[in-house]
Amino acid sequence: MEILWTDALIFLLLSSLFCLVIYMRKQDQMKRPIQKIVQSKVGVAALVILLFFIFIGLLDSIHFRPSNTKNTEIISALDYWASNLREHGEKTYSSPFSTHLYSKEIIVSPDGAVHWDYPRLDHGGRHINLPEHQLLLDILKKLAIGLLQGLVICSLLVVGFLIIRYKCTNKQTTLLSLSPGLKIALKVAVVVISVAYFLVYLSNYYHVFGTDKVGEDVFYQAIKSIRTGLVLGTLTTLIMLPLAIVFGILAGFFGGWVDDIIQYVYTTLNAIPSVLLIAASILMVQVYMAGHEQEFTSIIVRADTRLLFLCLILGVTNWTGLCRLLRAETLKLREMEYVQAAKALGVKKGMILFRHILPNVMHIVLISVVLDFSSLVLAEAVLSYINIGVDSTTYSWGNMINGARLEMAREPIVWWSLSAAFLFMFTLVLAANLFADTVQDAFDPRRNIE
Amino acid sequence: MIQYIIRRFLYAIPLLIGVNILTFVLFFVVNSPDDMARMQLGQKRVTEQAITNWKQQHGYNLPLLWNEKAESKDKITQTIFYQKSVGLFLFRFGVSDSGRNIGADIQERMWPSLVLALPTLIVGLVVDVSFALLMVLYRNSAVERAGIVSCVVLLSISSLFYIIGGQFIFAKLLKWVPISGYDDGFSALKFLILPILIGVFSGSGSGIRWYRTLFLEEVEKDYVRTARAKGLTETQALYRHVLPNALIPILTGVVVILPLLFMGSLIMESFFSIPGLGSYTLDAINSQDFAIVRSMVFLGSVLYVLGLLLTDISYTLVDPRVRLS
Amino acid sequence: MKMRNHLIPILFILLSGCEDLQLNNPYADDEGKQSVLYQSFSERPKHLDPAIAYSENEYAFIAQIYEPLFQYHYLKRPYQLTPLTATKMPDIIYLNKEGKVLGENASEQEIVYTDYVLNIQSNIQFQPHPALAKNELGEYIYHKLSVEQIQAYKTLSDFKEVGTRELTAEDYVQQIKRLAHPKLQSPIAEIMKNYIVGFDDFSKQVASKKKTDIKNLSLSGLEIINPYQYRIRIKGKYPQFLFWLSMPFFAPMPWEADVFYDQPGLADKNITLDWYPIGTGAYFLAENNPNRRMILEKNPNFHLETYPSQGERDDQQLGLLKDAGKKLPFIDKVVFMLEKETIPYWNKFLQGYYDASGIASDSFDQAIQFTGSGGVALTESMKHKGIQLQTLVETSDFYMGFNMLDATVGGYAERARKLRQAISIAVDYDEFISIFRNGRGVVAQGVIPPGIFGFAEGREGINSYAFNWKDNKAQRKRITEAQQLLAEAGYPNGIDPKTKEALILNFDTASVSADDRPMMNWYRKQFEKIGIKLVIRATDYNRFQEKMRSGNEQIFVWGWNADYPDPENFFFLLYGPNSKVKFGGENAVNYQSSEFDRLFEKMRNMDNTPERYQIIQQIQEVVRHDSPWIFGFHPKSFSLYHSWYSNLKPNLMANNRLKYTRLDIESRAEKRKLWNHAVLWPIFIGVIILLSAMIKLIFSCYRKREIR
Repeated sequence: MEILWTDALIFLLLSSLFCLVIYMRKQDQMKRPIQKIVQSKVGVAALVILLFFIFIGLLDSIHFRPSNTKNTEIISALDYWASNLREHGEKTYSSPFSTHLYSKEIIVSPDGAVHWDYPRLDHGGRHINLPEHQLLLDILKKLAIGLLQGLVICSLLVVGFLIIRYKCTNKQTTLLSLSPGLKIALKVAVVVISVAYFLVYLSNYYHVFGTDKVGEDVFYQAIKSIRTGLVLGTLTTLIMLPLAIVFGILAGFFGGWVDDIIQYVYTTLNAIPSVLLIAASILMVQVYMAGHEQEFTSIIVRADTRLLFLCLILGVTNWTGLCRLLRAETLKLREMEYVQAAKALGVKKGMILFRHILPNVMHIVLISVVLDFSSLVLAEAVLSYINIGVDSTTYSWGNMINGARLEMAREPIVWWSLSAAFLFMFTLVLAANLFADTVQDAFDPRRNIE
Repeated sequence: MIQYIIRRFLYAIPLLIGVNILTFVLFFVVNSPDDMARMQLGQKRVTEQAITNWKQQHGYNLPLLWNEKAESKDKITQTIFYQKSVGLFLFRFGVSDSGRNIGADIQERMWPSLVLALPTLIVGLVVDVSFALLMVLYRNSAVERAGIVSCVVLLSISSLFYIIGGQFIFAKLLKWVPISGYDDGFSALKFLILPILIGVFSGSGSGIRWYRTLFLEEVEKDYVRTARAKGLTETQALYRHVLPNALIPILTGVVVILPLLFMGSLIMESFFSIPGLGSYTLDAINSQDFAIVRSMVFLGSVLYVLGLLLTDISYTLVDPRVRLS
Repeated sequence: MKMRNHLIPILFILLSGCEDLQLNNPYADDEGKQSVLYQSFSERPKHLDPAIAYSENEYAFIAQIYEPLFQYHYLKRPYQLTPLTATKMPDIIYLNKEGKVLGENASEQEIVYTDYVLNIQSNIQFQPHPALAKNELGEYIYHKLSVEQIQAYKTLSDFKEVGTRELTAEDYVQQIKRLAHPKLQSPIAEIMKNYIVGFDDFSKQVASKKKTDIKNLSLSGLEIINPYQYRIRIKGKYPQFLFWLSMPFFAPMPWEADVFYDQPGLADKNITLDWYPIGTGAYFLAENNPNRRMILEKNPNFHLETYPSQGERDDQQLGLLKDAGKKLPFIDKVVFMLEKETIPYWNKFLQGYYDASGIASDSFDQAIQFTGSGGVALTESMKHKGIQLQTLVETSDFYMGFNMLDATVGGYAERARKLRQAISIAVDYDEFISIFRNGRGVVAQGVIPPGIFGFAEGREGINSYAFNWKDNKAQRKRITEAQQLLAEAGYPNGIDPKTKEALILNFDTASVSADDRPMMNWYRKQFEKIGIKLVIRATDYNRFQEKMRSGNEQIFVWGWNADYPDPENFFFLLYGPNSKVKFGGENAVNYQSSEFDRLFEKMRNMDNTPERYQIIQQIQEVVRHDSPWIFGFHPKSFSLYHSWYSNLKPNLMANNRLKYTRLDIESRAEKRKLWNHAVLWPIFIGVIILLSAMIKLIFSCYRKREIR
């Protein structure tokens, strides 16, 4: 078991999230918004998809050194599970579900004759003998089998879940009486899991999203990119939250010179065009790594360090917005009667901050976290385009898009890398945005009046 | 009022000094003057002498922050930091590491940036506001639901996809516009139309949503209810009351970003090879020309401060209730 | 609904009216009857001052503008120098220590100095330029401008008066003095110090003086005999000096230029000699906007030069001699557009808006197909457009170097040598060429690329440490042999006996972008073949340089492009006294072999004789045995050009090729029209669909609302 820096932080984040959930369950003012989220069909569906992405991301965050192979590079649980995909590379481009390469090559047939044609792939569709006639039929057959198996597995899971729930709730509910939210959740889960299952099933036989320039499976790349997107979207907030909350509340509560200094700091940071700030910081990380090479012998560790620093610097540039919001809200809360009363009663300032101010600004924090998530995932692609994003060896949608730009100019055009990146990124961001909407609706006090 | 403006200007000075120190530290931690010299002199046949000469020519032959050898106050002034910072504050950007005068380049390149950014802003504003109004007008109907869904979809797509897709379809397949390039005067139009449209389109998702919430907030207010009760139709209420009142936050929001338009858009400009400040900055980052990057950072922060000031002023102008003090 | 059915045909009729419309034409200017060539540049040239410029993209401009004494013959091969502004090739006189003239066959020990006597044609005029403008009294108009006057000028074209004058020997001498001026930082100053007599002294003498002062100071190795003749004296015998004389470093520079541009205030407007050249060449720089485009226009004062009438055997057949004897240049104007991305460039080329193009790896399949016998040909769609193809192996080396100072891969022990040889076998550059360069390259067997004297073809020229000669071609040795070598080197199966794990080697590179990722993966795979783990240490370019300088790198890839067509220009990359770490030279692997150095010193100043050829083969063998490089490959350039662009012959040495080329502008206009019909019908269909959908939606909602 090897723990990378980002892995550690992810699990830290996960555990703190867990604590937060337990804490929130006890809070009365949180009950209604949560109920509202659970009742929203779109929100629940989005949440299930998000959870699925997170699950893949977590799988990809458990790293270890494989013991049996000669290659001693660190791999993740996802890599281990997808070793088929990882190792079944081709020579160069091949289109989705293709059995041949995308470009012609000189082929020497066994009898010594030389001709110029599309060569067969080493792995994709290897099991069929006459691809011209059998390909379509075989794909359809595999599709049906995959889908069927996926559905069976899903229904087993669902039934299992229902039985467990039935037992745990002490048979107070009947087996099939479900709340509408749960119904939706189960439906979406069934769809997502069976689609995922049959993609995985098919990818054992074909390259479902084709292969890239050096013959790497695009499906694998797209899956690996999930972790990068999630890490950027979540760890950045983990870094910016303490800064924003502490400074925002302090500035709003104490005012005076504390306020002045904090305002000065965030205006200064805001004034610097953030892209330039990121560029400078990333260059600095490179310098550091060049100077401490012996600590970064593994490619994954290098890439991980850069990813971590990217989160860090994005956090530093992004906390100012939330800080300003919190400051304004705290200014308002400070004048509230119960805070004034607490002050008059001589309650310690720290206590007031912790007991009265913090819980009442939590909804702002929560909304901004979910809102920031999707914009951070999108920002990654843009930063990678200007070469100041994640390391070039990291799998990420930004890197995929960046590479795909050139492929678009090819004739015939290579469209699958771009499409795969688009599909995965779009699904994640869309789900995140829909969920964010629901959260915003649920927590926004103004909308609760209705 | 004037007193207030002067005070804001004075307030901007420590801000800019802070920016300057921060960027200076960042960049000089990354790169020593020796590195810059080597970078710029290329890799064929570079000697130590050439590097010393280059440093002297570009004013990098002094100590970074503190000059031990110099006399009294020269200890501070005879340093790279002091020399370069004073230049920035006087808007004398000096010579880039590759040898061109930065000030002249900025003056020349800021216009293409503006020509691209300003129409994008205006067209975007008009499009976003009108769609938002439409959605508010037909709220709780199919129009609104369709609108909300398309907004979310639009904003879930990375801007890179819009650019790549737009270039592919409109320039390569349909041949409506040149793929990239730029020209002076009115002939620039055919080069700009696609980037502007893509800019508007990719920004519309979040834009429309934002203006919609603005209008919705306004619609819920009491005076609109009163107006409706007086017998105004929904459309009339919207145009006579909601729109004028919502214009205040819209306009002030625009004023903040107005000065920053000069800075241009990094990605749009480099994709469409428009010779603006955005692509200038990007080139500078890629070739590690720190003299340019430092100047651009400084310029950006000056414009930002200017934007803040303009916002405050415009608040007083449109809303007499706000007094500057 | 009925209405719409009628609408579409009407629109189509309307559309057919705009058939001729080329909406996507990226050029606004009306070319008229002028023959305008469109080219591109991807990065703005850093220097246009011939004393400083030293890179390909800078030469693309200044080679058209500045004229050294000699040039490479456009058509003849092997490369051959011919006079350009000179009347004839120089008289070379060998002198001994006392200054006595020696015979042509004098031995190298005897020769202490060599004199080059150079003769210039008369009646060559400079391009029209404000620095040369004079009033009626014969005074220079723009040499003593006040600060206020200078404020009024924005670009060089704001100076309305221009003038010219005849080229003299003094202009050539002036430029050589400029090379010596420390403020100009000429990249070849250090080299010239070792050759031109008095260069170093002059350099020290003028160190504190202004650029304009050098005119009246004399450099002892230079002598102006008369206005059309001068002499350069160099130390010892150095036949390669002639090649230097044909580079823009030795182009003429009028003293007026420095006086004019040195006026204070002009540099703030980017009006410097580094941006606005002044030459005698076929073209002058009419517009210099490196942010967008640079325009070269035909120099009205260009002296008489005619298209060569002799060439290689096939040239007549290829139509390259059709213009023999005609006055150069043929093209009136050359527009260089800034084009950073390869995609737009390629698409514009296909649309006919650029006249020539290289082939990026990603558009390769579209353009090129391989014929059965391994040859290459254009694809049908290219042939259909009339596009032509030229291929040429470049005189460049792309090699993988081992840092010879490194404890693991470096050194001259048998162990290290075997390790390097094993890696040489494992890294399969054939595959590299086919994956990353689409076959655009040939695997290198030694230091010397084809086309350079000393290159041995066939069996004689293979690297016998990594290749076998089989079936009439070089075949890479089997991987088992590499594993065998590795075991002998002390790493059985790639296991490092010290750590008991796979041997870890470091690959240092400055490629950090995502585009390079596949390449890095490929390198890793090659090393994996013999069980070695390769760690990619990617840093930015500066860090990489730093590592190279201090010798902290282990394995790297590097390239070298010939300055001139002589083997000396390649072998000096491995010459001990050029070691990068010790002497800051170009020997990046820090190779140091007394045998090599001895042979190199013997070879470098020889003429191209069979004896020299033999020595070169010996040197190659020494290098192959020690394997400080994996020889990598020599790139092969593929260039495409349209049917209307003619008189093109690839020439790696001559940079002033533009003046020979010709355009058929009528044919171009016709083809452009044919290829660029805008496809307009989707606009109308789109608008109709959108409008009807919206109207329907709004209308239905509106009705609902009104009813309520």
